[in-house]
Amino acid sequence: MYKRGIYRIVANEALTGNVYRMVLEGDTQYITAPGQFVNVELPGKFLRRPISICDYDGRTITIIYKVVGEGTAIMGEMKPGGELDVLTGLGNGFDTATGTRRPLLVGGGVGVPPLYNLAKRLIAGGAAVNVVLGFNTASEVFYADEFAALGATVTVATADGSRGVKGFVTDALKSVPEYDYVYACGPMPMLRALGGAVNVPGQFSFEERMGCGFGGCMGCSCKTKNGNKRICKEGPVLRTDEIIWE
Amino acid sequence: MQTENVNTTARETDLSVELSGLRLDNPVIPASGTFGFGAEFAEFYDINILGSFSFKGTTKEPRFGNPTPRIAECTEGMINAVGLQNPGIDAVVSQELPRMAKVFRKPVIANISGFSVEEYVECCGRIDSEPQVGIIEVNVSCPNVKHGGMSFGTRPESAYEVTKAVKAVTTKPVYMKLSPNVTDIVSIARACEEAGADGITLINTMLGMRIDLRTRKPVIANTMGGFSGPAIFPVALRMVYQVAGACGIPVMGCGGVSSARDVIEMMMAGATAVQVGAMNLRNPYACKEIIEALPQEMERLGITRLRDIIGIARN
Repeated sequence: MYKRGIYRIVANEALTGNVYRMVLEGDTQYITAPGQFVNVELPGKFLRRPISICDYDGRTITIIYKVVGEGTAIMGEMKPGGELDVLTGLGNGFDTATGTRRPLLVGGGVGVPPLYNLAKRLIAGGAAVNVVLGFNTASEVFYADEFAALGATVTVATADGSRGVKGFVTDALKSVPEYDYVYACGPMPMLRALGGAVNVPGQFSFEERMGCGFGGCMGCSCKTKNGNKRICKEGPVLRTDEIIWE
Repeated sequence: MQTENVNTTARETDLSVELSGLRLDNPVIPASGTFGFGAEFAEFYDINILGSFSFKGTTKEPRFGNPTPRIAECTEGMINAVGLQNPGIDAVVSQELPRMAKVFRKPVIANISGFSVEEYVECCGRIDSEPQVGIIEVNVSCPNVKHGGMSFGTRPESAYEVTKAVKAVTTKPVYMKLSPNVTDIVSIARACEEAGADGITLINTMLGMRIDLRTRKPVIANTMGGFSGPAIFPVALRMVYQVAGACGIPVMGCGGVSSARDVIEMMMAGATAVQVGAMNLRNPYACKEIIEALPQEMERLGITRLRDIIGIARN
């Protein structure tokens, strides 16, 4: 079930040079799983912008976004007290009822945020959570401390080696304790490499340019072993055993 | 008190229109490709308030469509190159129609596409016996793969041929949905009318493209796609005006409609009913809000019966 609502911006601050955290206050009852996303209407933009949900509670939604184009630049300029028209409850989100005891969570860049509420849930369920966060360079790292504060074991990898393990998230896998399940979100090359590097079951969250965000336009479809799926509706999370790597 | 006022307005204003014997409570119809088979929008509101809706373009075989990305943002609009993703006519009849019946009780518009005359005929013949379908809308913007890939809707002769062939296999009203990417829309519309079309829907999307300045490559994987949204409204309005003036059959106006005022303007240009497309994707409540705003807008403009303004701009 999804719904449109008007949300009040209670915080909008830079975490790094171009990554921002926005906290929205309003109805959160339609959000049912970590890994779901919201679709934000922006002044002067025709299509909404889909942004993954980093965290939520009974009255607030936290989203983390990177300023990459005109739409997200508009978001970056928004001030607390302002209002946003937002669709919530979108996407399937991560399934946490997998019975995993030692899950590995792998995030790359702005693929990191949806793993935060997931880690929170898994830790609350008694799992020993390992998190690998991949970035280009030390100045782009965000949320490593926040994941650690939840009780997760955090490994950071940077492509230039300026912080943590030098290389990609796959290079950091060697230094991670044993795991029985993998959750991931990040750019396509990262997911593809990770898919080839791990041999436990898991769920990956994907990205695609969307028209509507709620299954109306078929703009974001992908092929899976279980037939065509809409990234916005039957996704963005796919089980690793149904992914077709093209 | 507020409710009383609304009821009074509803009694005074008449939103109903008639399309080839099919009476609609109001002229607002979500356009094909922007409303799926209705279920996604039924999660937002009771879609039975709609005049009707035109379901996702259906072909003989199941289709995935074009590679992604197949959506691009534009000023006051968007480009799509979905490429007619649909489960195929068999699955639409056996699965989508029964599913649709649970969320929509009124006659629906079946949007049919094909890549050969035979495919159009087979799909329309198949849908002819479905009681849920009130009108068949034939999308002639598809390429004719047997004849060099030229779209059926770009030549009067091929538009005539498809119309004639489809009319022979169905007793339901047939509306031909025309592409605006032609030199003379009137000649195409006239050919459809001569071939026995019961009505015309126009316009489909306009061919467009965008380039990503950073990657220096087209945004859409397929390079080009269909441009729609408020930006194309004046073009659609012009074509509706031209076609409604040249043909004696009803026109469903489509293209960039995003408000009750746009609906009224489209009807003044000659549209009997009005389709809303891209706006549904930005605002899933767009059609509901338009229908609710119509009585007040009519009152403001001194319109009692909406159907009285059809083509009034010409008089």
